[in-house]
Amino acid sequence: GPSLAPGARSEISALPEVALRLLARPGAVLAPALGERGPGIAMTSELDIFVGNTTLIDEDVYRLWLDGYSVNDAVALRVRSGILEQTGATAGVLQSDTMDHYRTFHMLERLLHAPPKLLHQLIFQIPPSRQALLIERYYTFDEAFVREVLGKKLSKGTKKDLDDISAKTGITLKSCRRQFDNFKRVFKVVEEMRGSLVDNIQQHFLLSDRLARDYAAIVFFANNRFETGKKKLQYLSFGDFAFCAELMIQNWTLGAVDSQMDDMDVDLDKEFLQDLKELKVLVADKDLLDLHKSLVCTALRGKLGVFSEMETNFKVCDPVQALPPKVLSAQPPASGAEDRTPKIPAPQNLSRGLVNVAAKLTHNKDVRDLFVDLVEKFVEPCRSDHWPLNDVRLFLNQYSASVHSLDGFRHQTLWDRYMGTLRGCLLRLYHD
Amino acid sequence: MPGKLKVKIVAGRHLPVMDRASDLTDAFVEVKFGNTTFKTDVYLKSLNPQWNSEWFKFEVDDEDLQDEPLQITVLDHDTYSANDAIGKVYIDIDPLLYSEAATVISGWFPIYDTIHGIRGEINVVVKVDLFNDLNRFRQSSCGVKFFCTTSIPKCYRAVVIHGFVEELVVNEDPEYQWIDRIRTPRASNEARQRLISLMSGELQRKIGLKVLEMRGNAVVGYLQCFDLEGESGLVVRAIGTACTLDKLSSPAAFLPACNSPSKEMKESPLVHPPSHGCRSTHNSPIHTATGSRLTQNFSVSVPTLIYTGMGSGSAGKEGGPFKALLRQQTQSALEQREFPFLTLTAFPPGLLVHVGGVVSARSVKLLDRIHNPAFVGIMGNTRSYKLLDWNSFNSDEPETRDAWWAEIRQEIKSHAKALGCHAVVGYSESTSICEEVCILSASGTAAVLNPRFLQEGTVEGSLEQRIEENLPVGCGFCHIPYDELNMPFPAHLTYCYNCRKQKVPDVLFTTIDLPTDAVVVGKGCLIQARLCRLKKKAQAEANATAISNLLPFMEYEVHTQLMNKLKLKGMNALFGLRIQITVGENMLTGLASATGVYLAALPTPGGIQIAGKTPSDGSYEQHISHMQKRINDTIAKNKELYEINPPEVSEEIIGSPIPEPRQRSRLLRSQSESSDEVTELDLSHGKKDAFVLEIDDTDAVEDVHSLLTDVPPPSGFYSCNTEIMPGINNWTSEIQMFTSVRVVRLSSLNLTNQALNKNFNGLCENLLKSLYFKLRSMTPCCLCHVNFTVSLPEDELIQVTVTAVAITFDKNQALQTTKAHVEKTLQRASADSEEPLQFPLELCSDSMPAPAFPAAKEHLESTSSNSGTPAAQRAVTVEKASPMSDGNFRNRSAPPCASSTVGVVKMTPLSFIPGAKITKYLGIINMFFIRETTSLREEGGVSGFLHAFIAEVFAMVRAHVAALGGNAVVSYIMKQCVFMENPSKNQAQCLINVSGDAVVFVRESDLEAMSTQQPAVNCQTSCPGEVTT
Repeated sequence: GPSLAPGARSEISALPEVALRLLARPGAVLAPALGERGPGIAMTSELDIFVGNTTLIDEDVYRLWLDGYSVNDAVALRVRSGILEQTGATAGVLQSDTMDHYRTFHMLERLLHAPPKLLHQLIFQIPPSRQALLIERYYTFDEAFVREVLGKKLSKGTKKDLDDISAKTGITLKSCRRQFDNFKRVFKVVEEMRGSLVDNIQQHFLLSDRLARDYAAIVFFANNRFETGKKKLQYLSFGDFAFCAELMIQNWTLGAVDSQMDDMDVDLDKEFLQDLKELKVLVADKDLLDLHKSLVCTALRGKLGVFSEMETNFKVCDPVQALPPKVLSAQPPASGAEDRTPKIPAPQNLSRGLVNVAAKLTHNKDVRDLFVDLVEKFVEPCRSDHWPLNDVRLFLNQYSASVHSLDGFRHQTLWDRYMGTLRGCLLRLYHD
Repeated sequence: MPGKLKVKIVAGRHLPVMDRASDLTDAFVEVKFGNTTFKTDVYLKSLNPQWNSEWFKFEVDDEDLQDEPLQITVLDHDTYSANDAIGKVYIDIDPLLYSEAATVISGWFPIYDTIHGIRGEINVVVKVDLFNDLNRFRQSSCGVKFFCTTSIPKCYRAVVIHGFVEELVVNEDPEYQWIDRIRTPRASNEARQRLISLMSGELQRKIGLKVLEMRGNAVVGYLQCFDLEGESGLVVRAIGTACTLDKLSSPAAFLPACNSPSKEMKESPLVHPPSHGCRSTHNSPIHTATGSRLTQNFSVSVPTLIYTGMGSGSAGKEGGPFKALLRQQTQSALEQREFPFLTLTAFPPGLLVHVGGVVSARSVKLLDRIHNPAFVGIMGNTRSYKLLDWNSFNSDEPETRDAWWAEIRQEIKSHAKALGCHAVVGYSESTSICEEVCILSASGTAAVLNPRFLQEGTVEGSLEQRIEENLPVGCGFCHIPYDELNMPFPAHLTYCYNCRKQKVPDVLFTTIDLPTDAVVVGKGCLIQARLCRLKKKAQAEANATAISNLLPFMEYEVHTQLMNKLKLKGMNALFGLRIQITVGENMLTGLASATGVYLAALPTPGGIQIAGKTPSDGSYEQHISHMQKRINDTIAKNKELYEINPPEVSEEIIGSPIPEPRQRSRLLRSQSESSDEVTELDLSHGKKDAFVLEIDDTDAVEDVHSLLTDVPPPSGFYSCNTEIMPGINNWTSEIQMFTSVRVVRLSSLNLTNQALNKNFNGLCENLLKSLYFKLRSMTPCCLCHVNFTVSLPEDELIQVTVTAVAITFDKNQALQTTKAHVEKTLQRASADSEEPLQFPLELCSDSMPAPAFPAAKEHLESTSSNSGTPAAQRAVTVEKASPMSDGNFRNRSAPPCASSTVGVVKMTPLSFIPGAKITKYLGIINMFFIRETTSLREEGGVSGFLHAFIAEVFAMVRAHVAALGGNAVVSYIMKQCVFMENPSKNQAQCLINVSGDAVVFVRESDLEAMSTQQPAVNCQTSCPGEVTT
């Protein structure tokens, strides 16, 4: 329905940032009456429109509309921006202008749902650069929002959660809805399509390369339902996940093998996941494990600041053996220093962890927990030992490469497909 | 068989879903012309059907080709029930009927439904093969070109200007037929649209016949209007100026010969017109005739004002004999014609010799049912009737609408004569209807024309030369045309400040555009007079009488306001004056718009003085002097704002007999009621005379206040209602045409005139303020051709519709040009041309509008969007250059938007496109749409409804122009926007009528590129010297 008036004034939670934002919100500043009252007669505006041959787009108002503010809130925010002083306009003029833009955006919204329509329609004459801007901004989303939704099923049930998300993030419910609907719409359109996911998104939604890649990640995550909401994953940004998604799409999906498959970019290559079980031999076979370790240790000796931790952790993870950190060249992250003393390192070793993650990927449930596992099995242990990022990189490179020298190991290709991607992901995930 | 019409239906796209079950549509198309219908195959289950039909061929008379629109209906096939209509496209074939216009119509047309609006698009190709059949008795007028443009179209040359053509056609309004009670709103709307389309075609054909009779080949300044008279019928009427035009040979079309306006100024070979400014006076409103009471027709002819300069004093020296000669010739050329009127507002160089002043006439009529015995009725889609015009079956009725107009035109003609003029230019007609009362209005500018253009085969040589010798540049048109010794009105004349040879009035009002060669000081500005008057509700004759009694006072007050505001601006002439009087149930409104300028030829206007009636009271005196100061300050400020600093001319230079000593004349406010008193008013005021405002009551105080409340446009904005803004000529190519509509409801039971005025004034002022605000990113810019229309749709509703175009200009270059102009024309005034004019050229490049509000933007960004992302988090992500770097709007690489397939079509109310040359006229666009809704709330209320409808109208105009092969509409006008609402029933209806000229233009920069690539041999040989410009 075209009801513009009752804007989505989001219900607000008590989070501090949100409270801060609230201060900047309109509230009681004004709600200018449309017709300025003259003495004598009241004059009420029944109708007030402006139509240009070229559709006027005010970027600031567009932003307010996208952010889900009601007309009155938007007017109040514009007043705050000092626009009245700058232009000498009255509040009535501003109200009228804002209403007009909101009406235009409302009419455009239907077209924005299928951006190619915006290009071919005849009703609004909009220069191409402006069309691009309208589309791009309409599909742009808030970091805070996407982190709440990433990896969740884009279903009705989740939609009900939007109220909570709005309350938690301080993003208006209206804006949450738009963002959620965008995710869902893109998902529906490209879900079962053949060909590159990014290309499909770009073609059907005319997004910039950047944004199309982000949507590819969102679709990929939604389709595989990766868990991203756990507390220990909170430190990760959407960008971190998107980065991993891209690597996984490139290497772990059907499309990586056969570019003619339906769904090629959204579904993981089941066969590949099954095969990953074969990697278990790397930890199950004691000789292989030792050999692997010694290859890595030999190569890294003297190069790694945290060599002894690495050596210790490579396979055994005995709390007694875990040495206190010897801070050599690399500075461990400052925050790690204090709270690590009582910490009991996880009872696994790094290699076992990484190989076990691979072996478990046959089960959907474990696929969903991929990121939880990676953080638990690798990121956290390394972090608790204050590995500098560069050491992690050296280690992972060597760890991956050394396998090629293991004579008894037959799954080199499989290993590379797995580890190549995982290495990239881990490096990206490794930060505070 | 004079013509074959061929139509091909290619494809559809974006069709609506008609079958809910499949979410698809089984579409087919009916193509109908006259009584013949063809159908395409049904294209199953698609929203983007590809019909690719054969060529449907209609063999038709060219008369039908002119009258009938091609009607294309898109339907959804339904096996079990009636087929559902998706929508229609009406295509006017007319542009294909003359050789120089379009040859094919081909493109995507919006499919329009009067209930649902635009529903997808259809691709159609239309061609016409015409067979010449000269022996036939001509009923058609194929080949006569029509232009809405009120000047000689660029790329044509006027060989002869034949004069006024008019015609009207009458019919019953389908909305008021008995059948309307049983048919759907859609059927009723479509019957109406179709009927009006037919009537327009017929009208145009008939006007074409008249043009052929006059041996012309074109109509310029064609203006067609509808009078929706409700029960009494539907009138379609048109006026225009018949001409014989010569197409400038096509290479010339690419050369400066067919030029942008600024160029014309310089090149005009015959620049004579320095004439006089006129001062406005106006004769007292008198009831001339209390119309004859005919059986049904009650008619009151209302006082007519003649605004003109009036002179007294001796005749100009050299001017005398020549003027007489000129007059004689013009007279003979024009007097053969019944009405020597031109609808043109701009003229070929040399045509306009003198301007007398504004003449206008109004008449109040009672409408009566149009008897139409021959009327058969329009049922469904059959055309079982022939349109009949009033004359053909009303010969027994003495009063016809034709006669009404003839009467008014006669009056205009006699007014012009009284001003010593034999012609009326800038002529236009309009009506205002409320229930059974109709006000007919006509106005124009009395003028003396050079007969050279008005007769075929005039020997051009000698006269032309004489004109050139005799008339000084840039002021001729201001010189009074009338006999100074025998003036109809008292007036003050002085010798022309430009040439000092002829007499000029102190103020000049006109309805035309500022002549391109006029010498102007500073810039111009939009001046409006606004007025409301309460009227008792009454019936029939009593109502007409009440209105007739009010009109003189309204005219008078409008005039007074205009004069006061003009003086307040420090200016001395008005161009493009248009006074609209609108009648409603319980009130009348008057809105006058014009562009004020300072003509160098006319004397400096005196100030405004305030006088109290009882000068005894001390504090009252103080109050008066305070107001006086405010007025003086305002005048000074305006002079600065509009750069009005005319060179000082000492009295001696002017020398000469300054006519009789002037006394201060008083402007008394009209005190309603007694017309006798008004008759005695003398509005004359001389150069030195201040305009005296006497404040004797609160009304007067209010008036003075309202004078001062008109806020000037914000800096960077100028506005005018003429084609070109005086004092600005360096337009850039950025233009934005727009329509803005406001409807306000007055909610008070005891309205007073004063409160009403104030509200109406506020409404107009706020509307202007909104426009300035909306267009702020275009500054420096000028709103040109600002056209206000007022209507009073219901008891307490006032509707104001504004259409205008905003054009940006280059501030620095504009100054340069001004400088050149001023220097050229006012060499003697070397005194004050120093400081502001010395901008170096380099500055021009960065004169682009500064980004609107940088500070505001920042603020918005931080408060509004991006809410959820804590700053710290954002910082982290940015640093990592993640795919999603800061969760906010970022600069991304340009999205891969495939270049839009929809070509840009510019629309403008002006006759030209800045920075471009019009190379071809493709025909007129004249479209009429009805839109109705029964789900008003769901469509966003009245604003949402009308906003969408106007956007759709623009879209349909653009689509038709693009299909003709054009890229712009010039002289675009929204002639009607009739909006009716019934919110309680959730319903609304709107009728819109627009017109304009479809054209092809080429950017001047592209032209340059072309001419440099192709060795410009042709150009250089044919017109040397122009290439360098």
